[in-house]
Amino acid sequence: MRHIISILIENESGALSRVAGLFSARGYNIESLTVAPTEDPSLSRMTLVTRGNDDIIEQITKQLNKLIDVVKLIDLADSVHIERELMMVKIRATEQTREEIRSLADIFRGKIIDVTPTTYIVEMTGPSSKLDAFIAAIDGDTIIEVVRSGPTGISRGEKGLHL
Amino acid sequence: MELNGAQIVIQSLKDEGVEYIFGYPGGAVLHLYDALFQQEDVKHILVRHEQGATHAADGYARATGKPGVVLVTSGPGATNAITGIATAYMDSIPMVVISGQVPSPVIGSDAFQEVDMVGITRPCVKHNFLVKDVTKLAETIKKAFYVATTGRPGPVVVDIPKDITDPKIKVPYKYPKKVSIRSYNPAVTGHKGQIKKAVDLLLTAQKPIIYSGGGVILGEASKELVEFSQLLGFPVTNTLMGLGAYPATDKQFVGMLGMHGTYEANMAMHDSDVIIAIGARFDDRVTGKLDQFCPHAQIIHIDVDPASISKTVKVTVPIVGEVKPVLEQMMEMLRESKKKPSKKALESWWKQIEQWRAIKCMEYDRNSPLIKPQYVIEQLYEVTKGEAYITSDVGQHQMWAAQYYPFDKPRHWINSGGLGTMGFGLPAAIGVKLAFPESEVACVTGDGSIQMCIQELSTALQYNAPVKIINLNNSYLGMVRQWQEFTYESRYSHSYMDTIPDFVKLTEAYGHVGIRISKPEEVRPALEEAFAMKERTVFLDILTDRTENVYPMIEAGKAHNDMKLRVANGTSTDRELA
Repeated sequence: MRHIISILIENESGALSRVAGLFSARGYNIESLTVAPTEDPSLSRMTLVTRGNDDIIEQITKQLNKLIDVVKLIDLADSVHIERELMMVKIRATEQTREEIRSLADIFRGKIIDVTPTTYIVEMTGPSSKLDAFIAAIDGDTIIEVVRSGPTGISRGEKGLHL
Repeated sequence: MELNGAQIVIQSLKDEGVEYIFGYPGGAVLHLYDALFQQEDVKHILVRHEQGATHAADGYARATGKPGVVLVTSGPGATNAITGIATAYMDSIPMVVISGQVPSPVIGSDAFQEVDMVGITRPCVKHNFLVKDVTKLAETIKKAFYVATTGRPGPVVVDIPKDITDPKIKVPYKYPKKVSIRSYNPAVTGHKGQIKKAVDLLLTAQKPIIYSGGGVILGEASKELVEFSQLLGFPVTNTLMGLGAYPATDKQFVGMLGMHGTYEANMAMHDSDVIIAIGARFDDRVTGKLDQFCPHAQIIHIDVDPASISKTVKVTVPIVGEVKPVLEQMMEMLRESKKKPSKKALESWWKQIEQWRAIKCMEYDRNSPLIKPQYVIEQLYEVTKGEAYITSDVGQHQMWAAQYYPFDKPRHWINSGGLGTMGFGLPAAIGVKLAFPESEVACVTGDGSIQMCIQELSTALQYNAPVKIINLNNSYLGMVRQWQEFTYESRYSHSYMDTIPDFVKLTEAYGHVGIRISKPEEVRPALEEAFAMKERTVFLDILTDRTENVYPMIEAGKAHNDMKLRVANGTSTDRELA
């Protein structure tokens, strides 16, 4: 099963490699990993998407907690949460296809953020599945480049991941 | 007080109460060695190889309970220390390793003797630090000791670039009395509700067993384990790492469990209905085949490390906390409880265990014209009155030492259980002897293992650490040969050494005493002679029966009730005794 693990970690050099190293050393897989500092500059927040049965996920969260640099973590899959991923797609846009791409981007609530005589860049956020659906909807031959941030997530309601 | 970085390191060690530091100098730590030279409180032991430094510090730590301290230079000094760091990591031994690093401005430029120590040690340390600011040095060292010695202990590396220890740069020094790390708060006491559940389960047990491990020794909970076991009257088995935590000569002790454990311990585990695992981690050498491990048992597990719980074996009642306070909490509840364990059930359980015990799985051929290694260990036990510190290397001799030297006290059996590091025994023995100069220290080893760190004989002489080396010499890498006999139709691929050195001459060359024996009747007198030479390191080269195997044995991937036993005439056979 897919799990999104949100981690508060000391914003120190080497902290990221401890997390990545743990996954490779113990043979866990990482589907995606995003990391950035939080409003408290001494802390980073990491969102890690992984897959595994309950036993494996339990070990992953225990082993992550064991890392001295890890302050706190939650498995977002345990509760109701909101998940978003950012994507930018550079698409070849000809006379004939410009209108179609624009309306497709509209349907998916994407924005065209850059225009050249031959290309568009579409920016889109949403659950990963929506981004997948957009990619599937446009002609694969016209895609020049896709860049995705990997999902980040936040739990709903009063609870939050903080010190 | 203003000190330079090098002085800060040494002063911090002093303030931490460090007695010995095991190390080897080199370019990146020259400032540190200069500061060491100008004081006498912290005694430096110059080893002959950095692996020896880590093992000696490790032996010191295992025997005393205090953290072992190591100082090595950058590059090869640092990489040579890795085996010893990993050894300490696998057995949760508190250790602080200070490594020199190339100066900060050249880090990352492939400078002379540069290696990414923080990166290379990451998978085999509890934590590591790269010091980038001399004003953070004292605090970092304090943190290193704090992390190394609390929770589940382990090695911590502090990597210090050479410019940080520059004698010209002085900063105010104050060693913090306490540090706290917001992301590190190991549990101490156990959860009351969980303990209550555990107590209830223990009181309903019909065929209980206490399975205790190295965590009892690390947690200084030997006394509590004995009280707890005697309060309940349950049988006790120890892991290899736990030997000595419960007195081996006590009648409730059923011996070591696992691959080379006793018949009674393994059968009792297999048949039990309630297991309480105390500071043990269900290692594969203990569990054997996982899906057939203790098929009828409900399991209680006490461990300070939550990640150890339900890692390989699912448990019924997990309790996260230090062994000592948890056992105290548990005993309090047991004493208050009106219920007592069923006397009738226990009686019939013990009757069954005594039947298993009557098989005498540890018997061996006592009439052999050759020296039996088991006999050597038994005699070693008698000559040292069971009070020596025994270190060992890894292989058959290690198992025989574990099986035939009944340890009654914790911290007296010192071996590399988790990593299985050959070369551990001799330097570890030196570390133990420095800690306890008045006690007997013997290193039980083999002709393969001893050659991996034999250079430390020189260290033993320089620092007057007279240890006794009991070399069970069978001219084979015995455990490899045994596996080849059992599973590779006796194809002894590279497990035989054609050119073993003359250990007697070699020992003499190092300035010690060497004695070689080859007949059973020489064993006792030679041991007595060796231990009578209090001030000398003695190397007893004992030529043993080359074909001897370690029994009982649960071959890798088999279940506890599927043991290879020896029969009375000294040859082996498979017996299904389930």
